[in-house]
Amino acid sequence: MKIKALTRPTASAQAPGSSVARQPRNLDPALHPFERSREYTRALNATKLERMFAKPFIAQLGKGHVDGVYTMAKDPERLGTFASGSGDGVVKVWDLTSREQTWDTTAHEGIVKGLCFTRDQKLLSCASDKSIKLWDPYNTKSGTVPLATYLGNAAFTGISHHRSMTHFAASSSVIAVYDLSRSSGTPLQTLHWPTSTDTINTLSFNQTETSLLASCATDRSIILYDLRTSSPLSKAVLALASNAIAWNPMEAMNFAVANEDHNIYVFDMRKMDRALNVHKDHVAAVMDVEFSPTGEELVSASYDRTIRLWDRNAGHSRDIYHTKRMQRVFSCRFTPDAQYILSGSDDGNVRLWRANASKREGIKSARQRQKLEYDEALKERYKHMPEIRRIKRHRHVPKQVKKAAEIKGEELAAIKKRRENERKHSKKGLVPRKPEREKMVLATEQ
Amino acid sequence: MESEVEIVVASNGIRNKDDTITLKPSHDPERAAAKQRALEAHKTYGRGRPIRKQTIKDKKLRGNLKALENKYKDATLKAKDAEILLENESGFLEAEGELERTYKVRQEVIKADVAVETAKKGFDLKLEGLGPYVCDYTRNGRALLLAGRKGHVATMDWRDGKLGCELQLRETVRDAKWLHNDQYFAVAQKKYTYIYDHSGMELHCLRKHIEVTNMEFLPYHFLLATVGNAGYLKYTDTSTGQMVIEMPMKQGSPTALAQNPSNAILHVGAQNGTVSLWSPNSTTPLVKLLAHRGPVRGVAVDREGRYMVSAGQDLKMGVWDLRMWKEMNNYFLRQPGSSVAVSDRDLVGVGWGTQTSIWKGLFDKSREDQEKIQAPYIGWGGEGRRIERVKWCPFEDVLGISHDHGFSSIIVPGAGEPNFDALEVNPYENTKQRQEGEVRALLNKLQPEMISLNPNFVGKLDLVSAAERKKEADLDRKPEDPVATLKNRGRGKNSSLRKHLRKKGKRNIIDEQRLRIDALRMEQNKKARTTLKKHEEDLGPALARFARKSH
Repeated sequence: MKIKALTRPTASAQAPGSSVARQPRNLDPALHPFERSREYTRALNATKLERMFAKPFIAQLGKGHVDGVYTMAKDPERLGTFASGSGDGVVKVWDLTSREQTWDTTAHEGIVKGLCFTRDQKLLSCASDKSIKLWDPYNTKSGTVPLATYLGNAAFTGISHHRSMTHFAASSSVIAVYDLSRSSGTPLQTLHWPTSTDTINTLSFNQTETSLLASCATDRSIILYDLRTSSPLSKAVLALASNAIAWNPMEAMNFAVANEDHNIYVFDMRKMDRALNVHKDHVAAVMDVEFSPTGEELVSASYDRTIRLWDRNAGHSRDIYHTKRMQRVFSCRFTPDAQYILSGSDDGNVRLWRANASKREGIKSARQRQKLEYDEALKERYKHMPEIRRIKRHRHVPKQVKKAAEIKGEELAAIKKRRENERKHSKKGLVPRKPEREKMVLATEQ
Repeated sequence: MESEVEIVVASNGIRNKDDTITLKPSHDPERAAAKQRALEAHKTYGRGRPIRKQTIKDKKLRGNLKALENKYKDATLKAKDAEILLENESGFLEAEGELERTYKVRQEVIKADVAVETAKKGFDLKLEGLGPYVCDYTRNGRALLLAGRKGHVATMDWRDGKLGCELQLRETVRDAKWLHNDQYFAVAQKKYTYIYDHSGMELHCLRKHIEVTNMEFLPYHFLLATVGNAGYLKYTDTSTGQMVIEMPMKQGSPTALAQNPSNAILHVGAQNGTVSLWSPNSTTPLVKLLAHRGPVRGVAVDREGRYMVSAGQDLKMGVWDLRMWKEMNNYFLRQPGSSVAVSDRDLVGVGWGTQTSIWKGLFDKSREDQEKIQAPYIGWGGEGRRIERVKWCPFEDVLGISHDHGFSSIIVPGAGEPNFDALEVNPYENTKQRQEGEVRALLNKLQPEMISLNPNFVGKLDLVSAAERKKEADLDRKPEDPVATLKNRGRGKNSSLRKHLRKKGKRNIIDEQRLRIDALRMEQNKKARTTLKKHEEDLGPALARFARKSH
């Protein structure tokens, strides 16, 4: 008779004299019952924890501005330096690590409408007092005179610097392109659509396809220009005017516009009769929009006193940031490391937010990191479950925003119903349905 | 000859046209081995069939699913590779000659042959006068709970022979059960059920659990389930103390209770020979099996939830396949079985009268046809000690038998799972690990709603209602004509038209739909009458009275 019975010496679990207990594993599914349910429970807990840790607001920078903050710019060469311009003509430069201002000046007499850093770390500002000024915030003291001043015919509304050359473009009723290396104050060239006369709201250089320039005007048009031919490329007219324009840093042909009709539209510049995506959630005009450095996310500032964060390919926002004291938000920016967001609002404060509300800074141990990664995978796996989706999407929003969203929903439903009725009672095909992504494009011109 | 040619070609690395015809990919031994390996890994560690990707049109989705499937496949292969790290092998008892029989081997022989440490695990406790006893092991098999019918309750760390606590309750004790670890246990006493801690301190009195006869604890849900003489099944959440549900089973006082460890369904044996399956989410049994022609005495389910073994008053022990709900075999016991237990490695222990038999190979999940086993694996008893309960000790080759003279622990080689997972249940855990494990278990506590016959339903999408919603969202869909469907099953007593009239025809609302239905009905009646007339004509005047409306 052959006999063998199971023997496990106690020393195999913990070596004598050692304080470390061994933990052998056996991956046989029979030993791990309720695999699915337990994973789901863990995913649910992870989602709840994420919401518990969601504290997006970090701080406001320094003492802010006296008047509202209407424009902001980041230094492309540095991680922690930002400039902000306010309604009383003051421009301040901030250091993010100390959260204090490092430089300030009363730059203009009117509202500072545009700010941008040059490649050699100078600061350009333009304002409604018809002037553009060049500053050196790193090497001069606060309150010194500008390095250069450019005077225009009309109030300037936006400014953008070329990626590699010393050119910058400023918009008023036309787009004037200046060269910093030339001493004369006259523009190198002026660009405008032959038939348009209205003010241009804002403009933006493409930082990848560097000679492309996009602008949006009060006549509701979006116009693309090419510096190489000194001529406009194409134009699309939307239903309402756009307030800001942002190029995708990773997909050079795509750009997002912040529209007055509460939506953000992402366009492919080659095919402007149809938006690539429509981001809907704001309940008032969107004032500013920016892509994250990876091009995967968007941040938008709105007149409804909130900031929203979007995934590039989702239609609704992934998060909403607001505080009690934050008024109309006019500008927002991602930091170059995509970890933080800055917002400038009507109440004069520049606020610093986390790009991911539940993420925490600081060094994490390997176990902590592993746990976070595991939780992330679980949340991804069970994100479609109703309970988890509900908790993940739940946000407290200000009463006004909630109410406005309700009213807006009702109004849209009524319009939709009316259209459906019209359709029902008219000849088939006479009132065609238009896709949401094409609805707002009224016309395109080459 | 052909294979030789292949080898030459492979080593040359040059292929001309004729060779490629003989060289088929299936002949590549390396690839075949990899395939075989993947197949074996999938058998043990796979989670069902892979998704069919060819039919998916969406490129992005197809890509995602492909990546996901590769990940799963990789995981199974890695799990298979990790088998090399398993330290222990299971025990065995094998006959060497044709004349040897394993069931004739006595405990003394086994004890003499195994290691000294293991031999110590077989012992007898003589507890005269307070029996018969019931026993229970904790989930990690470290602590033992004994409860005598006359009120003697004791816990012990049985490997060290250390007594934990001892109580003389001076009233009837019908059952005792460990809760999630060796710190708490529940005792079903004369009237109420009580919860004690490891030192024997009474913590709770569950006044709603009255005259309980059998208890089960569901460790992942933290539910204590009891059945009593009144025929009620009651679930209490032991982490919150809340009663989850109590429901009448309406089948008299139950005679046996067991849980299915893989899906937390309770199997309740009744006086009339049925075994009914219960979950807290349904007030009626999920399944009812007629297992015996007489009261059911013992029920047990294997750890993967595929087979059930039951013993009844009719001297039979039945083996059921829970996937097909079919009895595979039944075995004759010379006296009614009093208790059944299935070990981790699918050994079945059954106590009948004063004897205990252990059966091996009563079922095998990977075998298609199950033959009847002729003789038990090991036998024990026959010394006048009437068996009350048998319990396998988890992760050990040990069977605990409690009887009216105390408790006996016997060694059964090949019974226990040799390789435990320390992060799941750890037989060697220290205090810190136990405490952390308790917290983790509470965090991952499963809700009673997740108990179902198929435990993997969690996380599945409701595709039917999604399709319905999608259909409704489509504004251009054609409106459904309710009358059109009434034509589908045209004839007979249960035609859809008649059914509609029966259910909804009484409403006195004359609208367009009603008019159309009436017209339809008239038309059908008319058609029936004409066919009848035609039949009558066909049959002639003498046989006309046999004509029927249809045909």
